[in-house]
Amino acid sequence: MAQTLTADPHAPTAHGHAAHPTDGSYNYLNYDKTFMSWAKTVDHKRIGLMYMVTLALVFLVAGLFAIALRTELIATNWTNYAAGEQDAAGTIMNANTYNWVFTMHGAMMTFLFLVPSVPAILGNFVLPLHLGAKDVAFPRLNLASYYFYIAGAVLVIASLFVGQLDTGWTFYMPYSARTNGSVTFLTMAIFIAGFSSIFTGLNFIVTIHKMRAPGLTWNRLPLFVWAMYAVSLVQVLATPVLGITMLLLFTERIFGVGIFDPALGGDPILFQHMFWFYSHPAVYIMILPAFGIISELMGTFSRQRLYGYRAVALSSVAIALLGFLVWGHHMFVSGQSAISSIIFSLITYLIGIPSGIKVFNWVTTMYKGSIWLQTPMIYALMFIFLFTIGGLTGVMVGVLAVDVALHDTYYVVAHFHYVMMGGTVIALIGGMYYWFPKMFGKMYSERWAKIFSLFVFVGFNTTFFTQFLLGAKGMPRRYWDYIPMYEHLHQISTIGSYILAVGLFGVLGTWIWGLMKGRKAPQNPWGAATLEWTHATSPPDPHNFTATPVVTRGPYDYYLADEVFLTRNAPSSGDGAAGDGSDGDVPQGDGSGDGAAATVVARPIVRDFKPH
Amino acid sequence: MGETSLWHPPSASTIAPDVDAIFNFVNYVSYVFFLGVLAAMVYFVVKYRRRSATDRPAPVVESKWLEISWIIVPTILVLVVFTWGFKVFVRMNVAPPDAYEIRVRGYQWNWQFTYPEGFTTSKNFTVPVNRPVRLLMDSQDVLHSFYIPAFRIKQDVLPNRYSAVWFEATQVGTYDLFCTEYCGTTHSGMIGKITVVDQDTYNAFVEAGGDVGGGTPEQKGQRLYQQQGCAGCHSLDGSRLVGPSFKGLFGSTQASSTGSHEVDENYIRESILSPGASIANGYPPAMPNNYSTLTADQLDGLIAFIKAQK
Ligand code: HEC
Ligand code: HEM
Ligand SMILES: [Cu+2]
Ligand SMILES: [Cu+2]
Repeated sequence: MAQTLTADPHAPTAHGHAAHPTDGSYNYLNYDKTFMSWAKTVDHKRIGLMYMVTLALVFLVAGLFAIALRTELIATNWTNYAAGEQDAAGTIMNANTYNWVFTMHGAMMTFLFLVPSVPAILGNFVLPLHLGAKDVAFPRLNLASYYFYIAGAVLVIASLFVGQLDTGWTFYMPYSARTNGSVTFLTMAIFIAGFSSIFTGLNFIVTIHKMRAPGLTWNRLPLFVWAMYAVSLVQVLATPVLGITMLLLFTERIFGVGIFDPALGGDPILFQHMFWFYSHPAVYIMILPAFGIISELMGTFSRQRLYGYRAVALSSVAIALLGFLVWGHHMFVSGQSAISSIIFSLITYLIGIPSGIKVFNWVTTMYKGSIWLQTPMIYALMFIFLFTIGGLTGVMVGVLAVDVALHDTYYVVAHFHYVMMGGTVIALIGGMYYWFPKMFGKMYSERWAKIFSLFVFVGFNTTFFTQFLLGAKGMPRRYWDYIPMYEHLHQISTIGSYILAVGLFGVLGTWIWGLMKGRKAPQNPWGAATLEWTHATSPPDPHNFTATPVVTRGPYDYYLADEVFLTRNAPSSGDGAAGDGSDGDVPQGDGSGDGAAATVVARPIVRDFKPH
Repeated sequence: MGETSLWHPPSASTIAPDVDAIFNFVNYVSYVFFLGVLAAMVYFVVKYRRRSATDRPAPVVESKWLEISWIIVPTILVLVVFTWGFKVFVRMNVAPPDAYEIRVRGYQWNWQFTYPEGFTTSKNFTVPVNRPVRLLMDSQDVLHSFYIPAFRIKQDVLPNRYSAVWFEATQVGTYDLFCTEYCGTTHSGMIGKITVVDQDTYNAFVEAGGDVGGGTPEQKGQRLYQQQGCAGCHSLDGSRLVGPSFKGLFGSTQASSTGSHEVDENYIRESILSPGASIANGYPPAMPNNYSTLTADQLDGLIAFIKAQK
């Protein structure tokens, strides 16, 4: 980043891009359209998009598996429970197939989708832009991380041909030492995909330390960057433990070395300790980035400083570190000592509190704001709604005596879906809508996006709220079949999952429509105040900024952010709620903001824009 | 049986009301927090909705008082809940010294109960009401977990290691027993019933070696077919489960790892008592080998029952 520090948008940069148009028509998407230019790209934005497409496919497959599971559960297979008559063929699949499908669903969703999701897609795309940097610190390592991920994914696909993996994504021993050979493939896949996480984490940590634009102090970092920082720490520290666990499992299966299998003198509880030592922090790998997105959305669409910025920023890091000390709450009934259970329960509570504080901060951010209910904000509010339920039920399962009853029932299934799907996935969708104009230079259809968000909301709650009731009444998880008393709730849940599926396909539809037919996006459609909106075109230049931005204020300091408001034609037609914006006139700043002396602006923009 | 409510299964042990009390407390506090958050969100969205694209609200000054209160209040609540949960948890973990002790063994995919009087039952078991019962458990193969929702107890069952759980049933009735640690194909079929009876009925049950009900050998066999979990692996209608169907089995000729055999009484007897000795062709050696405790009477019953499946 040894660039000339310049505030003049038209000054040639050290890289001499002045020859290209700087209005966004020459950008990272179109500067070279060959296949190889994508396959070998080291541009963080392109890598982000490649992850996006790949992860969308993974989500699609794992999601279809989920629909298959729910369909199987739509009716009980007991033709006569009292007489012990059961239909072994199942509603649509037999028990072995179900076990395989739920394992693939869980393993793909966690290891191949959720763990990489936000950092790999939005982190890659947005982080350097947020920092005012040209790229991440190690662009080649970034590309390598993508290919490691692909190698892991290919191994997962290969496992499909070896046998039906049926261990659950948790691979508990000694079952997974004894079942069929696909376990070996999956453990290797996870081992390899782990490198991808570690590379991304390292890269982000160094990037955040070293590549911030002039004036971008730690206190001025967007909260998304803070979240990426925290999550990267966890990735770098925790993933190696998962790698080692998988390697030990592999060694045990291939060479018969007794580590976890009691038949060989090993200890199955040790496996659980090692597994959760990674996998609990991993739930923070999955949720912290979502916190980051929500902070951006709440700030931007409330046009307020994020309430308690410091508390939110530091609590991310605190959560990340404390998260290493609570793995035992997954093992209250495993046979670990009662003392350990008690200590783990206590620490679990202490770490739950910062998450609660974040919710209060987000809500309070709206106080005396100017709240604009566009689709990203709707998803942010949906996130708060769902995550609050997920968090409160987390308090419930953290109570020792209550967890004894609820552990490994559908209550837990519902809880983690509220956090993972209602939390991370909803935040990711909101983030995608938010950065969509920046990524592709196109707008999606606001109306359809809102309609489908309703399907997602209703479908999600119908699917998963019923599962709280099921679980509290004792329905165990990972069951291909259930006793007749649970049938009604299961039916409702399955119907909900179809509504949810319609919603999610609809979301995908709005993006595809936006890509093909969407109106051209202005540089800053949301009137946001972070660098990717104030200083980069939509889509950005291959090198992000045509000049290195200089930062003089915090990320949500609208009252200082003149560049957001200085536009050629804003005040007259700028009625946010009803504004037409339909003239397709996308004003590009041409230096008219140079007068905003206090905030040095490279590319002042744009009025508030109603995208459709 | 306690009546079922929206959130609770029947409540039939001494510990269940305590667990439910915590559950309800946390649930109600959660409603309050959730509705509070929801109400604030809706109110702000309406009150502070954007009026103009050039709205430029003044920054809100953060209130120390507010921030401290929303740290302190949840912390106190959470510590209350923790302590309460901890106390009940300790009670759950310490069995009274005079508890009646039953040995439980989990295996793929059934439960076997050995009573102190020396007899065994599988899948279903019976206990006296109002008397502490301690289950000393282990597994023959992989992890399982022993869960009786009506008693609010659960404990993982491990190979090569004992674990224990205790309860005192308070209501006569029949309750579900589930395996809650995933254990392979028929995990969802590793379920049974626990019957809670008064002490007199229990004494009669012990007298009869765990098999009350009498009847012809075939009827007895029919009961054992259910109780001992044969039903999970052997169908009666010719369909293939884990093992061969019993339909038409008797008198047929069976190819196995030790050659071809006519299926007669002795073949069945041997198949049940030492399943590993000869494995039917085309099937995995999955038949559990813990039926050797069946009495001669019980074997007669099973054989009669299998014979009757034409
Ligand atoms: C976990 C599943 C399982 C359970 C439970 C089970 N079996 Fe089996 N059984 C098998 C399998 C698999 C075979 C075939 C392999 C073999 O011969 O060992 C088999 C074989 C048999 C055979 C020999 C059939 C032949 O064609 O050779 C008989 C008889 C039998 N079982 C009776 C019983 C009875 C009686 C019970 C209950 C007391 C029972 N089984 C419980 C799985 C099971
Ligand atoms: C389309 C919506 C979804 C539906 C209908 C759905 C349904 C299910 C079902 C039926 C199970 C099996 C429960 C059991 O038998 O124990 C399950 C498990 C699981 N799901 Fe989902 N799911 C959905 C989305 C997701 C998402 C988005 C994620 C992660 C981001 C996810 C993560 C998991 C995990 C981790 C498990 C646990 C697997 C295990 O038991 O090992 N699910 N889901
Ligand atoms: Cu955890
Ligand atoms: Cu099981």
